[in-house]
Amino acid sequence: MSIEAIFALLISTTMVYSAPLIFTAIGGTFSERGGIVNVGLEGIMVMGAFSSVVFNLSFAKEFGAATPWLGLLVGALVGALTAAVHGVATIFLRADHIISGTVINLITPALGVFLIKVIYNKGQTDMIQQNFGYVDVPLLNKIPVIGNIFFHNTSAPAWVAVIVAVLAWFLLYKTRYGLRLRSVGENPQAADTLGLNVYGLRMSGVLLSGILGGIGGAIYAESVALNFGAATIAGQGFIALAAMIFGQWNPLGAMGAALFFGLSQSLAVIGAQLPVIKNVPSVYLAIFPYVLTVIVLSVFFGKVKGPKADGINYIKSV
Amino acid sequence: MIEVTRKDNGLVAILSVVLGLLVGAIIMLVSGFNPIAGYGSLLQSAFGTPQSIGEVLRQMSPLLLTGAGFMVAQAAGFFNIGLSGQAMAGWFGSVWFALSFPTLSKLILLPTTIIIGIALGAVAGMIPGWLRARFGSSEVITTIMFNYIILYVGNSLVQNTFKKSIKATTESSVLISNHASLRASWLTNLTNGSSLNIGLFIAIIVVVVVWFVMKKTTLGLEITSVGLNDSAARYAGISDRRTATIAMVISGGLAGLAGVVDGLGTYQNVFVQNAVPGVGFDGMAVALLGGGSYLGLVGGAALFSVLKIGGLGMPIFTGVPTELVDIIIAAIIFFVGINYVVRLLIARFRKVTTKPNPLLVPVTANGADKAVVNGEQETSDGSESKKPTKGDEA
Repeated sequence: MSIEAIFALLISTTMVYSAPLIFTAIGGTFSERGGIVNVGLEGIMVMGAFSSVVFNLSFAKEFGAATPWLGLLVGALVGALTAAVHGVATIFLRADHIISGTVINLITPALGVFLIKVIYNKGQTDMIQQNFGYVDVPLLNKIPVIGNIFFHNTSAPAWVAVIVAVLAWFLLYKTRYGLRLRSVGENPQAADTLGLNVYGLRMSGVLLSGILGGIGGAIYAESVALNFGAATIAGQGFIALAAMIFGQWNPLGAMGAALFFGLSQSLAVIGAQLPVIKNVPSVYLAIFPYVLTVIVLSVFFGKVKGPKADGINYIKSV
Repeated sequence: MIEVTRKDNGLVAILSVVLGLLVGAIIMLVSGFNPIAGYGSLLQSAFGTPQSIGEVLRQMSPLLLTGAGFMVAQAAGFFNIGLSGQAMAGWFGSVWFALSFPTLSKLILLPTTIIIGIALGAVAGMIPGWLRARFGSSEVITTIMFNYIILYVGNSLVQNTFKKSIKATTESSVLISNHASLRASWLTNLTNGSSLNIGLFIAIIVVVVVWFVMKKTTLGLEITSVGLNDSAARYAGISDRRTATIAMVISGGLAGLAGVVDGLGTYQNVFVQNAVPGVGFDGMAVALLGGGSYLGLVGGAALFSVLKIGGLGMPIFTGVPTELVDIIIAAIIFFVGINYVVRLLIARFRKVTTKPNPLLVPVTANGADKAVVNGEQETSDGSESKKPTKGDEA
């Protein structure tokens, strides 16, 4: 394999595996910037994957090639509903954030498989016919070498994810909404005193995490797994959580980390085709993101510097 | 406030269970099943035969152990979400050792195997514990990460490292020899061939020991005081880092033992897993339902075992998918999680029927005070906090 072909394969696979992580990690960033810890990202992805696959199977005939994209919208909606449960529990009902998030993670695979059994009478769905596949980015793919490596046979949702990351960064750091969201994650008391609606802002952050996490799950289902079953989303949400922490609760950082984790995931898949990497047992590549998270979290970051009021319930005093 | 109402924990737990079952009933109704028939088949499957009762008792053993493991970590202020991975480490390690030395005498093999399982679980718990004590890294994240590390390493061991001679298929090992098994013929016969094994007695004894250590010994006091206030504990001369790490070692060890009981008692082999064993998450759920009490732990483990085993029979009798049970369990924990609401309901109910409740006293006193002294200000305060948000920031 030529160097160019190796890079092209590596980058296109990395983009495929990164896209769900980028979306979900940015979602987590919004939630935690607003002060709500969201370990339920995994469960939100499960619901996004579940709903998009069911939608895809039901409507592929009507919508043709547009089906996977519409599936993202369905995933976003169902993801938002899932996150809303977490938001109501933590923001209004004073639940512990970790317990609520863990409940989301426990209930969603069971609910998904339960509904699949009720609808299809079997434990997992058929393969979807309309998936994201590989596309060329028009114009950009004409650039010599670079076009071939980055924009030929690439994953369209991945490039959308990159754009969303930039937009999310702008929203969080350059708009009034972003400033307010961050302020309720740092010091809700002060934000409240200034007249900000702490509960509403926190809820908006959680809902954004649901929308983006749902899209992330839908992308994974419609570009990698291609069906839904108990093990469709196995750890993706937790890797996204790790990417969010690596990214220091910054959308662009989260994107960078997600790309890196996507690379390591894709190596576990295509490693056998690559020189050097093919000699590394696949288990090392599989555990790499998790081990790296533990090491970086401990040795380099020390005490994690997240938003100050992250995970602390705000109780408005009367 | 929590201190005053702690005695209501039992009531909160019972209400949470009722609400969780109600959620299950609603889901059954919406999906076109009859909830009464569904729950009937659940009870039938759990208690219908001596064998099913044996399975319920067997199911309790690992739940008691992971539940106790969660409680020890919680007492030290840790949220050990890695019980599943720690259990898997104990399960895979002990079975692998048992498979490697099948002919050792039972007197040597069984204890060694159990100790190896406990040790592996303990190490898997110790690392996140030590990392938090030393670097302050969140144990929630590290134990989640360890779940996946252990899952992939365990699967890879079965697929790539196990010798051909101990593999049944590419994805599973052969059964362990009788020398390493926790099965006992009298228990099997008593329950018409269920997989009930002496793991249950191990679990009960261990939970009693853990209760004793946590409530009656210096170590237990140290762990609890570190969990309540680590600075105060340090000031009192307790090494908070060491104590916190020890708590996670015990927690992981208990989870490892749960894995051993499952591996040597229930499954008798290892196989490639899609996800880390659910027994860790279920144990965590049991402990949360128990609300910090060891009696509550036993009650929770019994309830969840009935649900789990009964749930397996539901599809056969009424067509309700087994997954419903996991939904119910998660819903119960959800209601435990939002116990603030459940407590409020209890308090309101009490207020109507009997004397004022300690929970409501400060709230009403405070509110009444405000309402009388500056009732007007309260309303303007409320609107003030919303109105000027529109354009006050540059």
